[in-house]
Amino acid sequence: MNSTPESSNLPTSPRGPSEPSDSGVGSSSAPLLSLRGVSKNFGPVQAIQDVNLDVPDGLVTALIGDNGAGKSVLIKTISGIWPPSEGTIYWKGEEVRDHTPRTAAHLGIATVYQDLALCDNLDIVQNMYLGREETKFGTLDEITMELATNQLLKDLSVSTVKSVRQLVASLSGGQRQAIAVARAVMRESRLVILDEPTAALGVSQTRQVLELIRTLSSRGIAVLVISHNLNDVFSVADRIAVMHLGRLVSNGPISDYDTNSAVELITTGQSSRVPTTLAPSS
Amino acid sequence: MSAPNVDDPTLHVLEEDANSASNLIGTLYKRLRQGDSGMVPVVVGLLLLVTYFQIRNAAFLSSGNLVNLFVQATIFILLGMAEIWVLLLGEIDLSIGITSVLGGAVAVILVDPQFHWPWFLAMAAAILTTTAIGALYGLVVVRLNVPSFIVTLAGFLAFQGVLIYIVDSQGTGGTIPVHEKVLYNLVYGNLTPLWTWILAIGGVAIMSYRLIKRDINRRSKGLVTEPLAYVVVKVGLLVGVGLVLAMIFDANRGTFIVLRGMPFAIPIDIGVLTIGTFILTRTKAGRYINAIGGNSEAVRRAGVRVNRYRLLAFVLTGITGGVGGLLWVSQLNGVNDGPPSTLTLYAIAAAVIGGTSLFGGRGKMIHAVVGGLIIATIYNGMALLSMSASMQYIVTGIVLLAAVTVDSIARRNSAIR
Repeated sequence: MNSTPESSNLPTSPRGPSEPSDSGVGSSSAPLLSLRGVSKNFGPVQAIQDVNLDVPDGLVTALIGDNGAGKSVLIKTISGIWPPSEGTIYWKGEEVRDHTPRTAAHLGIATVYQDLALCDNLDIVQNMYLGREETKFGTLDEITMELATNQLLKDLSVSTVKSVRQLVASLSGGQRQAIAVARAVMRESRLVILDEPTAALGVSQTRQVLELIRTLSSRGIAVLVISHNLNDVFSVADRIAVMHLGRLVSNGPISDYDTNSAVELITTGQSSRVPTTLAPSS
Repeated sequence: MSAPNVDDPTLHVLEEDANSASNLIGTLYKRLRQGDSGMVPVVVGLLLLVTYFQIRNAAFLSSGNLVNLFVQATIFILLGMAEIWVLLLGEIDLSIGITSVLGGAVAVILVDPQFHWPWFLAMAAAILTTTAIGALYGLVVVRLNVPSFIVTLAGFLAFQGVLIYIVDSQGTGGTIPVHEKVLYNLVYGNLTPLWTWILAIGGVAIMSYRLIKRDINRRSKGLVTEPLAYVVVKVGLLVGVGLVLAMIFDANRGTFIVLRGMPFAIPIDIGVLTIGTFILTRTKAGRYINAIGGNSEAVRRAGVRVNRYRLLAFVLTGITGGVGGLLWVSQLNGVNDGPPSTLTLYAIAAAVIGGTSLFGGRGKMIHAVVGGLIIATIYNGMALLSMSASMQYIVTGIVLLAAVTVDSIARRNSAIR
């Protein structure tokens, strides 16, 4: 381990006792996902630097920060697209080596990017099962897939979609987001990462997506959600992690923050009211 | 790709109480309004053309002329189906006419007395040739990232040269006739009337059975089904079309000798249509080829080896084109060194008139059948009215434009191209 935690309120080891505030989920003391001293640079550009973050099981963690703060790089590192330049990723306390999108999927990390990666010309069932179709005698087993899709959407309380055989092109933004999230859940994910799920959505659509995030967390799935919208964050998140200029400046349970301190942290990287995980110098 | 359409009020009309049989017309109307019109406008267009030609010349709907029309359509249909594989990806094959004729030429030369290959080996060699060319295109497009438009344009020029070279090198004066019975009979041989009826009744029975079984299956699982009236109408149409076709083929169309039965070209068409449709709708490969045309990045992220399926589509274009080439040389009773440069464009036109998108992600094998029939109807009808070839090109062009325009207007309300 080459990380040197700079703050005393972080455990020195992911196997060590976690913060008392995020207890109550899971019998193991190790959080679902832990980053220790994770940095990523592209040549001379330091995109993220020395990030120490715990994502506990079954809770919604909001990752907030201004444009260019490094949120996207961080989630791409977690989902294996860009392996970290330095530092270590732990999954349930075990060190993850050779992190790629494939191993991330294997561990149960599913990422829903902003473009959702849906095929407009296919229907909902076809999109849900894209790349992992059920077959019977070598041919597509449409009935099994359709029944399972119906059941999953019902479980996730996605009720606005009336027929799973309608083309994704005909869905609204919120419905598309719901389908993309449902697809991630269907792959037995333990951690679902959502990149700006409510951007470009109307009020009622946003509410639907937030409800869906709640449903996920009540099913014991950890959610890491990037958002610019602090209203959404405070209505749905259990924990907050704030990034500023490539560093994780603060993270903790949502009760430690309010809108003002969150805005302060996003814009300046420090707040008079909330303890930050970094010394303001450097 | 495009930004999500937020809170689109038109979307919620999409669902209808689909299970009330009395609502058949209403459902159909709603579907038309939403751009989900399927092939209705094209089929209506085809019927209008047929009506026009029948009024102008009563011989148009005679069984002799109709069989002739179907045979003329086979080449457009087969090459159209070949083109649809790559059109689905959003790619294009500008050389399908030349490569398929090149395949046909290989067969003609190999069954010629100087080589004297058995017909089945010669035909296999022909299809192998077009398949290899398709694979070559696919590899260049997939591995080297050259646009298919350019790759196949280059192929169009180069293989035209190859075709002229191999035909001329036979030393028969630029024309090689078919000296073999089976190859000749692909178009000019007929099934016996008994087999014609067996095939028609069997085909209709199997298709109706599958339609009904699918409906019952879905109903029993509590899944959304089409209105019962739909299924009844579909089966009725199937039976009607099957019967009419069988009667057309069964009627004596000879003037001096008795000439009855279905030309072999028709079951070949139907066979390719069936296999192509099966691959497209019932297998993973077909699903991925469709999906790649919609959003290839999404398919890649879903863990599918996208390039493998892009290559496969080019190979399938080659295989289907090879079958088309065999029928072409059979129909012309040989091959000559003046290759038909318009054949490719007719193939693309057949696919597009039928409703396949040039931008990928939308297309069915049946589109080529309807499109090919329309082109053949114009071709045949205008010849019957003794109109000039120049008029025939002009009218085909206008119909192509009209078909695409109607299609794009019909789809204006729907979110998909």
